[in-house]
Amino acid sequence: MMIDPIAVFVLLLGAATPILFAALGELVVERAGVLNLGVEGMMIGGALAGFAAANATGSPAAGFVAAALAGAALSMIFALLTQFLLSNQVATGLALTLFGLGLTAMFGKPYEGVKAPPMMAGPLGLNLMIWLGLLMVPLVWWFLMRSRAGLVLRAVGENHDAAHGLGYPVRAVRIGAIAFGGAMAGLGGAYISIATVLQWTEGMTAGAGWIALAIVVFAQWNPWGALAGAWLFGGVTVLQLRLQAAGVAVPVQLLSMAPYLATIIVLVLISARQKFGRSGGGAAPGSLGRPFHALR
Amino acid sequence: MKRRTLLGSAAALMAASTLPSFAQDEKLKIGFIYVGPVGDGGWTYQHDLARKAVEAEYGDKVETTFIESVPEGADAERALTQLALAGNKLIFATSFGFMDATVNVAKKFPDIKFEHATGYKRADNLATYDARFYEGRAVIGTIAGRMTKSNKIGYIGSFPIPEVVQGINSAYIHAKKVNPDVEMKVVWVYSWFDPAKEADAAAALIAEGVDVFMQHTDSTAPLAKAQEAGALGFGQASDMAAFAPSPRISSIVDNWAPYYIKRVGQVLDGSWQSQGVWLGIGDGEVVIGEITEAVPAEVKAEAEALKAQIASGEHHPFTGPLKKQDGSDWLAEGQKATDEELSGMNFYVEGITAPMPK
Repeated sequence: MMIDPIAVFVLLLGAATPILFAALGELVVERAGVLNLGVEGMMIGGALAGFAAANATGSPAAGFVAAALAGAALSMIFALLTQFLLSNQVATGLALTLFGLGLTAMFGKPYEGVKAPPMMAGPLGLNLMIWLGLLMVPLVWWFLMRSRAGLVLRAVGENHDAAHGLGYPVRAVRIGAIAFGGAMAGLGGAYISIATVLQWTEGMTAGAGWIALAIVVFAQWNPWGALAGAWLFGGVTVLQLRLQAAGVAVPVQLLSMAPYLATIIVLVLISARQKFGRSGGGAAPGSLGRPFHALR
Repeated sequence: MKRRTLLGSAAALMAASTLPSFAQDEKLKIGFIYVGPVGDGGWTYQHDLARKAVEAEYGDKVETTFIESVPEGADAERALTQLALAGNKLIFATSFGFMDATVNVAKKFPDIKFEHATGYKRADNLATYDARFYEGRAVIGTIAGRMTKSNKIGYIGSFPIPEVVQGINSAYIHAKKVNPDVEMKVVWVYSWFDPAKEADAAAALIAEGVDVFMQHTDSTAPLAKAQEAGALGFGQASDMAAFAPSPRISSIVDNWAPYYIKRVGQVLDGSWQSQGVWLGIGDGEVVIGEITEAVPAEVKAEAEALKAQIASGEHHPFTGPLKKQDGSDWLAEGQKATDEELSGMNFYVEGITAPMPK
């Protein structure tokens, strides 16, 4: 009953990719001080748009480009409502999720039962999107932690009034971050339809967007943490199925619960650290979820 | 506003139920709740085809509505109540997990007739209907046993309930009959419809060396995965012909239309009574989809002969001698399992090494 660890790791990378994309995108959004709960809606939008474009052109690459654009377009609805009309971010994000699910259910009808074109192969038997996902981790980290633009973005997220006082365009930075988050969620969704499931079905993201949101918290808003979180969540899914296939009696419910338990433990650790006065890095951005209105 | 419409429809409902002669002049309203989207290409799709068949059969005499993607649980009760208040006189609840919700709502609306698929709780206004899917599993299990080269066949299960366990046992028994070396791998995804997870489950089976697998979940995702990996599979609930001739080498089709048409007819002529039926291949409710050219002619002939034997009642898929997984005796030579035993089946037969989930 030996399970080949490399085979499991390959499956894990595949399962982790969609949530890694979505989590990295949301991480940047939250670092800019915006809480967008519409990840699931943008993912499903990307899943449909990507699948449709990949089918029309026969090229998965075109599908992923379309998915990124669709995700970004959906996120602009959120940006318009929260950044210009100052609507509540939690409610707007939830609405975006519901909207995305409904919209795709309607426009997805003609694509039901259609098959996806073959996925782009990449080195080591992993497709190109897995590699792109892995590459995005250091890129996002470098952008946030080592670039000037990333510093401004974090400043906007930590204290938007101060950033505004310094003359930084809070709203523009946030809209840019939201668009990036949308594009990444779209890519993650398209990975599910084009590379994992290989077809379109209504509601196919099945909660992946919510897992991405949990990963951002688990990661303490750090891109490397997001990679660890995506591997943890993806790994548990793959491992429990794999153990079952190998005939090992696994407590499926316990395993499925494990990543969420880990997220709760991380949250407890964060607040414990804050309570005992050591305000180390990694806690939630100071202005997260608060609307910004330039009074002066 | 909402309360007013609610009261209004409740009043209309009372008026309708106290004036049966008046109600007869109107269309019979029929409601359906589905566990998945009508576009799932599987289970729910087949129920919706049957709904359309009812409309085609009775035309102006009936009016049907459906609510799709209703989660099993408290939400089902809300959806059923909504259909009842909207004036539907016959309501089909088409998933096992709607059972308790249907029982509760049926109690509240004694004048409305309910039909619950695959359940076992009945009342004067609540009938149940089920299909002997395990008969179809016997046929595709035979094909799987013949077609596997690695001698490892797989099964993607939804929930460990008797209906699914019957299918696993039946498939295994008949695969083993034609291929004594066959091994059965089982993966549970704990969902009826979760394409991504179903695809992952298929990938896990394939990674374990499985080259032919069956599924008891509703999406076509496992077949798409099989195609990518060069494995073989079967259409489930619906024909899934888009994946023929390979990886889909045959299918089990749930054909609900004859039953729905019959029961709606009985409501229309007033002869409807509560009952529990369990129909199989012989009744045309379980249909084996075309066995494609990817299957050798002699295997196809063997499978079709088995199908004919099951249809005529000559062969019962659960005929002794059979032992349970733990080695204890179950059925003696020639003894057939009773329907009561089958509807409570919670054990694997001898030879399946996968653990039964608690």
